[in-house]
Amino acid sequence: MMFLSDGDLQSLVLSLELAGSVTAILLLIGTPIAWWLAHSRAWWKVLVSVTVAMPLVLPPSVLGFYLLIAMGPQGPLGMLTHTLGIAPLPFSFAGLLVASVLYALPFMVQPLQNAFEALGDRPLEVAATLRASPLDAFFTVVLPLTWPAFLTAITLSFAHTVGEFGVVLMIGGNLPGITRVASLQIFDHVEALEYAEANHLALMLLLFSFLVLLLVYARQPARRQDGVS
Amino acid sequence: MKFIRLLLLGCALLFSLAVHAETMTIAAAADLKFAMDDLIHNFKSTHPNDEIKVVYGSSGNFTTQITQGAPYDVFFSADIGFPRKLAQMKMTASPVIPYAMGRIVLWSATRNASKMSLSSLTDPSITRIAIANPKHAPYGQRAEEALRSAGLWDKVEPKLVYGENIAQTAQFVQTGNAQVGIIALSLAVNPQLASQGGYWLIPDSLHSPMEQAYVITSHGAENPLAHQFVAYMNSTPARAIMTQYGFVLPSVATTK
Repeated sequence: MMFLSDGDLQSLVLSLELAGSVTAILLLIGTPIAWWLAHSRAWWKVLVSVTVAMPLVLPPSVLGFYLLIAMGPQGPLGMLTHTLGIAPLPFSFAGLLVASVLYALPFMVQPLQNAFEALGDRPLEVAATLRASPLDAFFTVVLPLTWPAFLTAITLSFAHTVGEFGVVLMIGGNLPGITRVASLQIFDHVEALEYAEANHLALMLLLFSFLVLLLVYARQPARRQDGVS
Repeated sequence: MKFIRLLLLGCALLFSLAVHAETMTIAAAADLKFAMDDLIHNFKSTHPNDEIKVVYGSSGNFTTQITQGAPYDVFFSADIGFPRKLAQMKMTASPVIPYAMGRIVLWSATRNASKMSLSSLTDPSITRIAIANPKHAPYGQRAEEALRSAGLWDKVEPKLVYGENIAQTAQFVQTGNAQVGIIALSLAVNPQLASQGGYWLIPDSLHSPMEQAYVITSHGAENPLAHQFVAYMNSTPARAIMTQYGFVLPSVATTK
């Protein structure tokens, strides 16, 4: 990367680290949520659906503002981390992780929920008659049938986190190597009137986003043929 | 019939008022937040029908926006370098006029900062110190210079967090997420902030002078209100407001 400075490269690596960690965490917590949403008949299921979908419509400033207050020394999260003896969340990578997981949640949950709903109960009932445990059935029946949805969910969560800006700006504190992700680095270049540097990094993100979306959209027709969604 | 005539007269009067009312938009550096609100309020007492919109933000960002044709008539920068750059690019319609020298202070919302000095920042109970981003924010650059002159930069740097502009820096401190911050005196003297914790004025011998200037942009060239507002900045009431917010004023506004 001869045209990227060390700082630019560092911010890019940080963005990828953040997006990777967020996606891994979301796979672990998003999958059960999506499964529950697809199968539950609880009356308050709709409330959970709405909560999960909120980041799609909320401005990042709303989430950023509330998180900054909540994570502060007087906020509930801040008091919790203080009691547990953990470092405060604002201006830390862990803080970005918490914020980004919340912010990318619908991008993981919604594609999975749709796929689980489309799959229906039938394949699981069949698996159960063959004495497969629920976990067994999930890995041998559900996963092979819904993996295109997993691919979409993973790609979108990852890409959305790379594209995050507002929340990171509000709670990150712009620390190099810790919270100064690529989108923030671009913003700083523009503010310092360094348009050439801003352009280099911005161009990389533009290409990245295009390729990611190409990957997702190019898969669409194939998914229809295999009859999953 | 008489009623309709009166109505028409009323409409005509309203219409003529509407024609006379001017509008202008000011782009102001975030350190002017409280002072500019007062200035506009005072200016409007003699221009009741005119509308003045003001946008607060970072001087660097405004400079970029103005080069791209943003509809700001007057630009108040926290650093004279930005309007000078616009002047070089022939995007201004007035000389670059210095209006104040900026000062920086230590401010805390949770401790009594008036009893502190820069060396207090090495106190282990202070874990987070907010300054504006020195890469592009004038107040951040002066904060870094002051810490370096005091020989404290290496000790303090690991505790620093960076606000995008001086208002966000103050906000990090106000929410308690940073125990101390280096912010603009003009923000710290505002009653809302001054009532919390107090401030300590950082000697201006520790940093390079922070000359602040405004300029009428090319966009505002034909706007009479922009010229009136700029003239107002030299008036006694305007200078009194600026002094009240801790700005050190040039004896007479000279062009540079």
